[in-house]
Amino acid sequence: MLWKDVVIELRTKDSLAAMLMFGILALTIFNFAFELRADSLLLVAPGVLWVAILFAGILGLGRSYSHERERGSMEGILLCPVDRGAVYLSKFLANLLFIGLSEVFLVPAFSEFFDVDALRGTVIAVIILGTVGFAAVGALFGAMAVNTRAREVMLPVLLLPILVPLVIASVKATGLLLDGEPWREIRAWATILIVFDVVSLVVSYIVYEYVLEDWG
Amino acid sequence: MNTAQPKGSGPGFMGLPPARLISYIYFHPELLGLAAAVLWIVGLYLALIWAPVDLLQGEPYRIFYLHLPMALAAYLSFIVVFIGGILYLWKRKRLFDVWARSAAEVGLLFLTLVIVSGGIWGQATWGTFWAWEPRLTFTFILWLIFVAYVMLRQTVKDQEQGARYAAVLGIIGFLDMPMVFLSVYLTDRDLHPEPRELPPEVWTVTWVTFAAFMALLAYILIQRVRIEQSREELEELRASLEE
Repeated sequence: MLWKDVVIELRTKDSLAAMLMFGILALTIFNFAFELRADSLLLVAPGVLWVAILFAGILGLGRSYSHERERGSMEGILLCPVDRGAVYLSKFLANLLFIGLSEVFLVPAFSEFFDVDALRGTVIAVIILGTVGFAAVGALFGAMAVNTRAREVMLPVLLLPILVPLVIASVKATGLLLDGEPWREIRAWATILIVFDVVSLVVSYIVYEYVLEDWG
Repeated sequence: MNTAQPKGSGPGFMGLPPARLISYIYFHPELLGLAAAVLWIVGLYLALIWAPVDLLQGEPYRIFYLHLPMALAAYLSFIVVFIGGILYLWKRKRLFDVWARSAAEVGLLFLTLVIVSGGIWGQATWGTFWAWEPRLTFTFILWLIFVAYVMLRQTVKDQEQGARYAAVLGIIGFLDMPMVFLSVYLTDRDLHPEPRELPPEVWTVTWVTFAAFMALLAYILIQRVRIEQSREELEELRASLEE
């Protein structure tokens, strides 16, 4: 199942390319937007990174479900005797993989553009923790948003308010680490991220079957 | 809920056991409406005229008597959304969804008024309508989730599907709020007035306005649910007429 999501994506490559392009463009635009006003780019850098990741990720999440809808492939999957939880996990992992892949390019680009050292174990750990929670809720709400009338708009409307604690914790933790604070200074934020990841994964896994019930 | 509440209850009514009392109120919501009206008139009189003026904040502090109970009523309505959502997914009775949906609509209204009334007070006391302060941020995020909930209901065509999606959003949103709370309180300092040594009158008035809001919340909810039930009955009747 995970294989299917990954293969489709790798064959078309369009989502990943679009996500990447979008993320890079966001970094560029922010660079221009802040360069003229902010005294230090370092002040806004963590926020810029996370906004770029979130927007690129939302793009990818939306694509991953509109593929299913256009081809009617979800009905096929639902006819198979597979656990709905497995469908969720494969969607979650596929999206985690793609957001992760785009981050592999975005984070070094961010490091260069904003002249910060983001390629460190601790920063990468925070980025992974944030991305897991993001993909966990995103994989659930993506399935709902694609069946609404204004799909492209509904995904961020549903997702972003729920992601507020994740965004605050990720931006704070990233910022503190970029300022050179040791890991113990960000323990509270890391804990919030871990709790968010666990809660959103478990709850989404449980309620996903109710979202899939009559697809389309 | 406040025990001193059934004012317009009438004679021979107080001896009823609680379960009967609740069902009696449910089928006679006009009693709740009457109680709410009486409590509102009394509460407004107490809050605006009877209560002493605050030495630190002056007259604008009277907004507090509406602001706090309204916020509590809105938070309470989110609990109804959460529990209604769980019960709907579990039992699949439309009634639970109607409760959740109605609570979300009333909650959105109350939260909007909470933010506006808080802003008016803030303009007078802090000198600004809005500040990114923990309790404000928390309430605003809750408001955003309520808006998303109502929007979701309107953009899903199928009634049953919309009910399921909304229930999922209500559950995730409710579980999200403790984390929102934690993260906003770790970020900034709370600027809301500390509960100082308050004169007892303040608490009396607060309890009365709180009871008024609770009665109003219950009244609107019950009426809303009954409207939805009547609409369903009407549709059934129409369907049977067409046959």
